[in-house]
Amino acid sequence: MAEWTEVNFGPQHPSMHGVLRLRVKLDGEIVKEVEPIIGYLHRNAEKIGELQFYCDNMIYFDRMDYVAAMNMEVGYLEAAEKLLDIEVPERAQWIRVMMAELNRIASHLVWLGAFGLDLGMLTPFFYCFKEREKILKIFTEVSGSRQQLNYMSIGGVYQDVTDEALDHIRTFIKEFPKELNKIESLFVKNDVFISRTKGIGVLSKEMAIDYGVTGPMLRASGVEYDVRKAQPYLVYDKVNFDIPVSFKGDNLARFLVRVEEMRQSIKIIDQTVQKLPAGPYFNQKAKKPLMIRLRGQGEVYARTESPKGEFGVYLIGDGSLRPYRVRVRSPTFKNLSVLPALAKDQMIADLISIGGSIDLVFGEVDR
Amino acid sequence: MVEIKTGEVGVVTTTLDQALEWARSNSLWPLTFGLACCAIEMMAIQASDMDISRFGSEIFRNSPRQSDLMIVSGTVTKKMAPRVRRIYDEMPYPKYVIAQGVCVIQGGPYNQGYSVVLGVDRVVPVDVYIPGCPPTPEALTNGIILLQKKIRGEADR
Repeated sequence: MAEWTEVNFGPQHPSMHGVLRLRVKLDGEIVKEVEPIIGYLHRNAEKIGELQFYCDNMIYFDRMDYVAAMNMEVGYLEAAEKLLDIEVPERAQWIRVMMAELNRIASHLVWLGAFGLDLGMLTPFFYCFKEREKILKIFTEVSGSRQQLNYMSIGGVYQDVTDEALDHIRTFIKEFPKELNKIESLFVKNDVFISRTKGIGVLSKEMAIDYGVTGPMLRASGVEYDVRKAQPYLVYDKVNFDIPVSFKGDNLARFLVRVEEMRQSIKIIDQTVQKLPAGPYFNQKAKKPLMIRLRGQGEVYARTESPKGEFGVYLIGDGSLRPYRVRVRSPTFKNLSVLPALAKDQMIADLISIGGSIDLVFGEVDR
Repeated sequence: MVEIKTGEVGVVTTTLDQALEWARSNSLWPLTFGLACCAIEMMAIQASDMDISRFGSEIFRNSPRQSDLMIVSGTVTKKMAPRVRRIYDEMPYPKYVIAQGVCVIQGGPYNQGYSVVLGVDRVVPVDVYIPGCPPTPEALTNGIILLQKKIRGEADR
């Protein structure tokens, strides 16, 4: 057996999507062993969560998966409202679904741009961020912030969606599919992209289930599982949409599943805009001064579908104003665990391609 | 080359120096150094809407050896701090640091935690601080313009 060369990737590396460090053992150009080393962005959000009021925890969840803040808020509130026994008005639920799906598109667009950069394509990045800016403008209109929004709050949303904002959302969903086709053709009509993704990093169905992989990665391996369908929360049971599934399990399949998911999100947003009921957008039981006096007793686990996969929040309340324990089941952490197995005996250039296709966000892995 | 960065008195400023300062301030090459949430906004200023190339900083270099501006974008943890210092040491002079976001300035929302460095200025010297969580791309652009003014010696406090 020849000597293996040990190489360090990261934490500062352009294609490490933040601060992942990989200790790679190489035999020539073949990857023999990969060991991900995480913790470079450990911000102890779970521990700080025990020191906060229930409503204040929102900002730490915003900053977990920082490209999909709305989905994180939905995840936390599913658990917190169950624990605190607060009902959410109908209108607020529809607004939450609308915003979560908009943010799912924004998150996938960031991933798409970064995936292009990993494979040496600079052009799609600009198209993706141009579309993302349109979504962020809508978010700025409804919440006042671009990225870390803190828009939803216990018992509803912080403020109502105006008719003007709805008009902008309508314009967006009318124009976006055309732009998405353009972006997709930049990828799939590129021979270099196809040869670097097709048949690379094949994740079999059994392996995906064994490793606890969820989200688009699992669906690209042929398992039709989506929390929005399997255990509907909010009003996902009242909207029509399909779950895109691919049976190939390679990088290209993961790309196609995510692109198709954006189309499905557009479909959901379209329905929410049409069906948005009138009524209060906030539960009076949890209005501003009362919000910090909410006490929780017992323990709950709630799961939602974030753009990365199944996002679970586990809360324990001991009857005081603050949670006793906050625990997060992070989808990216589980998805990352499959990287060493996928990259084994592949070329080192494919390691970048596989790592890019996982959609890593380190605020969520390290928390 | 005289050290102009600190703004110490006693340096004779010549016309050549001014020309160099002007040239240097308009071609700041930032390092691709994304840490956390702010990194996404750092990517956004590179993209079409907030095109930073209007101010000469669009070339994000991947190697610290080729860049002269480090935008520390995101929370610096105790595990990451030695790496930040090392990357800073690898950059050639003259080099500048922008602290983007409150996490980098004083710990931000995480300052009660056990694993966060309370301000990157404990690790590397910082030229421009940009508050916000995260700062908008406009604020970051403003920070880069402020740094350019500082390099040219015309920054007002």
